[in-house]
Amino acid sequence: MNFKLKDIIPQLITVTAVVLVFGFFTYNAQINMENRGIDFGYGFLSQESSFDVQFSLIEYDGSHSYFRAYLVGLLNTILVSVIGIIIATILGVIVGVARLSPNYLINKFAAFYVEFFRNIPLLLQIFFWYFAALRALPLPQDAEAIFGVFFLTIKGLYVPAFIWQNFSVFFYSIVAAIITIIIIRIHAKRVQENQGKQIPVFLISIGLIFILPLLSFLIGGVGISFEVPVLKQLATTSFIYEGGVSLPPELIALTLSLSLYTATFIAECVRAGIQGVGKGQKEAAASIGLTPNQVLKLVIMPQALRIIIPPTTNQYLNLTKNSSLAAAIAYPDLVLVFAGTALMQTGKAIEIVSITMFTYLTLSISISLLMNWYNKKIAIQEK
Amino acid sequence: MFKYLKQLTSLVAMVAVLFTFTTESMAAKKSKTLKNTQKKGFVRCGVSQGLPGFSNADAAGNWTGIDVDVCRAVAAAVLGDANKVKFTPLSAKERFTALTSGEIDILSRNTTWTLSRDADIGLTFVGVNFYDGQGFMVRKSSGITSTSQFKDGISACTNIGTTTELNMRDFFNSKGIKYEPVAFEKADEVVAAYDAGRCDTYTTDKSGLAAQRTKMSNPDEHIVLPETVSKEPLGPVVRQGDSVWEDIVRWSLNTMIEAEEYGITSANADMMKTSDNPAIKRLVGAEGELGAAFGLDNDWSLRIIKQVGNYGESYKRNIADTGILPDRGPNELWTKGGILYVPPAR
Repeated sequence: MNFKLKDIIPQLITVTAVVLVFGFFTYNAQINMENRGIDFGYGFLSQESSFDVQFSLIEYDGSHSYFRAYLVGLLNTILVSVIGIIIATILGVIVGVARLSPNYLINKFAAFYVEFFRNIPLLLQIFFWYFAALRALPLPQDAEAIFGVFFLTIKGLYVPAFIWQNFSVFFYSIVAAIITIIIIRIHAKRVQENQGKQIPVFLISIGLIFILPLLSFLIGGVGISFEVPVLKQLATTSFIYEGGVSLPPELIALTLSLSLYTATFIAECVRAGIQGVGKGQKEAAASIGLTPNQVLKLVIMPQALRIIIPPTTNQYLNLTKNSSLAAAIAYPDLVLVFAGTALMQTGKAIEIVSITMFTYLTLSISISLLMNWYNKKIAIQEK
Repeated sequence: MFKYLKQLTSLVAMVAVLFTFTTESMAAKKSKTLKNTQKKGFVRCGVSQGLPGFSNADAAGNWTGIDVDVCRAVAAAVLGDANKVKFTPLSAKERFTALTSGEIDILSRNTTWTLSRDADIGLTFVGVNFYDGQGFMVRKSSGITSTSQFKDGISACTNIGTTTELNMRDFFNSKGIKYEPVAFEKADEVVAAYDAGRCDTYTTDKSGLAAQRTKMSNPDEHIVLPETVSKEPLGPVVRQGDSVWEDIVRWSLNTMIEAEEYGITSANADMMKTSDNPAIKRLVGAEGELGAAFGLDNDWSLRIIKQVGNYGESYKRNIADTGILPDRGPNELWTKGGILYVPPAR
């Protein structure tokens, strides 16, 4: 009995302290807000926002609600994070492997890249890409076409838009290809376990993913045409491109700086992971006759991944949170649209900041859970 | 039991009301903000992060501008020294939170007086020190000379968290023009992006356009279009709930404007004590007991005029002589064709 009480008392004290501190802050905020005639509530979310946003993935204008504006900001944050994570991962893996390359030039170039980009503050890099690199881009009327259809200008990157006929047939052909590949993989694994034969799964997969969609064009009636951006004059020296898809320079600069910055950290994670696998593993694998490719794929990588994943998760979280620096260069992310404009127009500081904090928390925890699940999946399974 | 409880509650409430009443009338002499300001020895004033003519710091950290002068006037009235001001540069986004949370006591940052700001978010606007309106700036080379030449697809750079964002939408919607809003957090970045050619037009208050134009790499390449698309009365703001402090700030501003009306300047203020006009004598503290109403001595307004000058002097020093807006336009006295008209100090 005595022993249990000793255990419970510190916990009780902690809980009471936490409740008291939170209670005090809530009470204090309540009193202060009352004194200053500010009322608390989330009712504003359904009111008309009456401000426009430059770039949105869903239909939105000022006649929609503040909640819709919140969604616009959230989706833009997710967009830049997802693109950033994909590019940073690809680049990070390449640079990480390059740092271990025996080739002196590749090795030193990768090392220089990592040391250069990870040691300059991110905000500065964002400013550099947006203000310095942007200034060097041509005005729309002076832009040279890249491959005849892409236009990189100070007002953004204009790319042709796809116009599909029978898009659903094309879509189903891809789904069919993916399902077939999965079935073949399962089959190949079984064949290898039972008969020791190896089926060239990789080549078959590549073939399928190209041939099936190609067939949908030839016999499925799928057609595709492009809408190429066309220069339009607004005033004597003021032009834009119309038609096609335009990617705002804010999105490009932000994605670029976030990926280049985060890729350096991922590269170090990858290098640490590969170097963390014992040399003996590689030698042992080679001694039983595995090819260098098989050594990497079957022996080194599975072990290296276990070291790489946890710190890389941190980098993904950092990238997502760092995307809030978007406000500095007018990319309409959650912080700019919701914790910026919406906060200003409504004056609901506590409500909006709390929603924004909670949203970032949810985003980060989702990424964390996903990566933990993957980490568990590749962990050593003791039998 | 419940009956007694009820009686007890009403008794407590009555006592509370009485108590509040007595403390209130005492506070009327010395407001909480006034007391804190006098204790600290400086006025805490929120200003912009750099808007020439309104609030701008030089290399040595000295703040100048007509918004700055409002805070200096309050410092002169309350503390006797116009230099006893602590300036806090704030972005458009931070400004109201800084005021309502008590970080600053006056917000004098080219802030537009609107109904929702005044009523909703715990603020009180005390007056107007600059009548402005939203306008558009374009490159001269674009050949645009009027907003009627704007076409679909135009991109407009501006600040977030301002009335500008809302007016811009109203304006383009009413004209049926599709536009691309590019909104930055800080004014310097808006200017940099517009200057680089990211946007076809830069929109904000016309005074702001005139001031920011001076920061462009080549100011002569840009023009401000003649149209004014909104009313933007800019003025100082205080926290809601301290009516004495509110009055002090309001009448410090009014004193500057009325001093100009009666021709009292920083140079001749002392001599005006012997004037024949009782209105002038009241303003320089030679007659009446005006300061007593907010718990200040009688020379409070004289100090404002001597140390900061009248509104005309402040305008000339900060806005006209710096070449931002030499023409006073609506910000001229009502007696000279403008709309500056303040209630009498008596």
